[in-house]
Amino acid sequence: MASVPIVEIDNVSFGYDAARPVLHGVSLRIEPGSVVGIMGQSGCGKTTLLRIIAGWLKPSAGATRVLGESVSELDSEGIFALRRKMGMLFQFGALFTDMTVFDNVAYQMREHTDLPPDLVSDLVLMKLEAVGLRGAAQLMPSELSGGMARRVALARAVALDPRLMLYDEPLTGLDPISLGVIARLIRTLNDSLGQTSIVVSHDVEECFGIVDYVYFVSAGRVVAHGTPEELRRSAEPFVSQFVRGEPDGPIPFHYPAPGYEADLAAHG
Amino acid sequence: MAERSLLAGLRQGLESLGHVATAKVWRLGFAARFFVAILLNSGTAFRRFGLTIREIYFAGVLSMIIILVSGLFVGMVLALQGYDTLQRYGSSEALGVLVALSLVRELGPVVAGLLFASRAGSAITAEIGLMKATEQIAAMEMMAVDPIARVVAPRFWAGVISMPLLAALFSAMGIFGGYLVGVQLIGVDEGAFWSQMQARVDVRNDILNGVIKSVVFGVAVTWIAVFEGYDAPPTAEGVSGATTRTVVTSSLAILALDFVLTALMFTGGNAK
Repeated sequence: MASVPIVEIDNVSFGYDAARPVLHGVSLRIEPGSVVGIMGQSGCGKTTLLRIIAGWLKPSAGATRVLGESVSELDSEGIFALRRKMGMLFQFGALFTDMTVFDNVAYQMREHTDLPPDLVSDLVLMKLEAVGLRGAAQLMPSELSGGMARRVALARAVALDPRLMLYDEPLTGLDPISLGVIARLIRTLNDSLGQTSIVVSHDVEECFGIVDYVYFVSAGRVVAHGTPEELRRSAEPFVSQFVRGEPDGPIPFHYPAPGYEADLAAHG
Repeated sequence: MAERSLLAGLRQGLESLGHVATAKVWRLGFAARFFVAILLNSGTAFRRFGLTIREIYFAGVLSMIIILVSGLFVGMVLALQGYDTLQRYGSSEALGVLVALSLVRELGPVVAGLLFASRAGSAITAEIGLMKATEQIAAMEMMAVDPIARVVAPRFWAGVISMPLLAALFSAMGIFGGYLVGVQLIGVDEGAFWSQMQARVDVRNDILNGVIKSVVFGVAVTWIAVFEGYDAPPTAEGVSGATTRTVVTSSLAILALDFVLTALMFTGGNAK
């Protein structure tokens, strides 16, 4: 493909401290207009990868280019300027609990623009309509169900029409109906607003249903990537274990431990 | 063998002592940098003063009941105790001065500061800590809004503005309590009570110094409260531990600072 990628990560490594590296030489490219899944087990480094893309964490090695900017060379103002072109949906929504749904969605417009209140009001109602919650505008976050809170958070994240959307476990802990709604919204918002989206998830079926391309991360490395169809057919042991949810395989069922017999004998 | 394990134990003890000491120094340095960051990012708190007014309501206005009631009782007790001592020396008409000076110089700023730390300081820590635990702070950063400018600085300045006003209310209420007990209940001469107070309480040496104390306590308590909240581990235990630390640390800070400030203000040439 000839187009300039929205996100390009080249050989990035990262560790919270030197003794425990989290990512080892990860490379990936995300093309404009696509919805890309980053999948893997809990703790494999996928959220860390998302945080590197958002400029939250600085990688110890490698280059990260997001929306044409080299993230690790930006100062805090540059990062903030970059983030105005991004939106992020947090796992549990992270709505401001002291504001109504309306004020949550209006937050960025009021902070970053001088739009007149009438226009802000119209825009907020349009965003809420897109997630089906215009009727809930005056509710407080404590009055919403988990799925509704995430939809409001989604409306808030797309308030300023970001070019890149980051989703951190958007499908975790939802009932089947809410899960289907959020998954469909991710896809339709991406296509109708001309965005590019990165979805970090471990929900294989729902995620495969909406993404164009998937990167599998295990123990801080990209172990496989491809379209959902390619990965379903993949013979790669990790991918087939993950996609089919098998308890044992390259990812062992047992946490590393000394010999079973010796351990039992030692405890007498 | 025993010698070796003794040496190993000693080494381990020293290592953990060093570890604790460096962790404390590191945290103190972090708190100092945080303080500078608050000052540098205070523009929003004043440009959009509505944000600070809202926090003044939560930290200051909602603390008024406890401050007023406590002030009244402290003043009433001061009058009872003071009268008991003064009348032995035949100078019970000096009761007004005793009550006023005790409150304006010491008890007003200190007790109001302690109450402020436990009422408002703990609330600030818990609120910021929970905002962090529920990723609201992270969401703000992701929306390119600086949480120090938007969340921390308005709360800090609200505390710094509220604290001297609360201390003044505490002292005024205490003097009224002293008047109720001393003049209305015990029967000290009303003219002497007020005129001696007016003659002997100095605006610069007593009232201004009391105000300076309360401003310093306001800075200390709110700085500790916002720092503990911002630095709290994002878990239930983390936030509850941070809230406790706010009350304990800021109470100790008030008492220690009070000693230092009193030593600077009321000794040598300044003593009345």
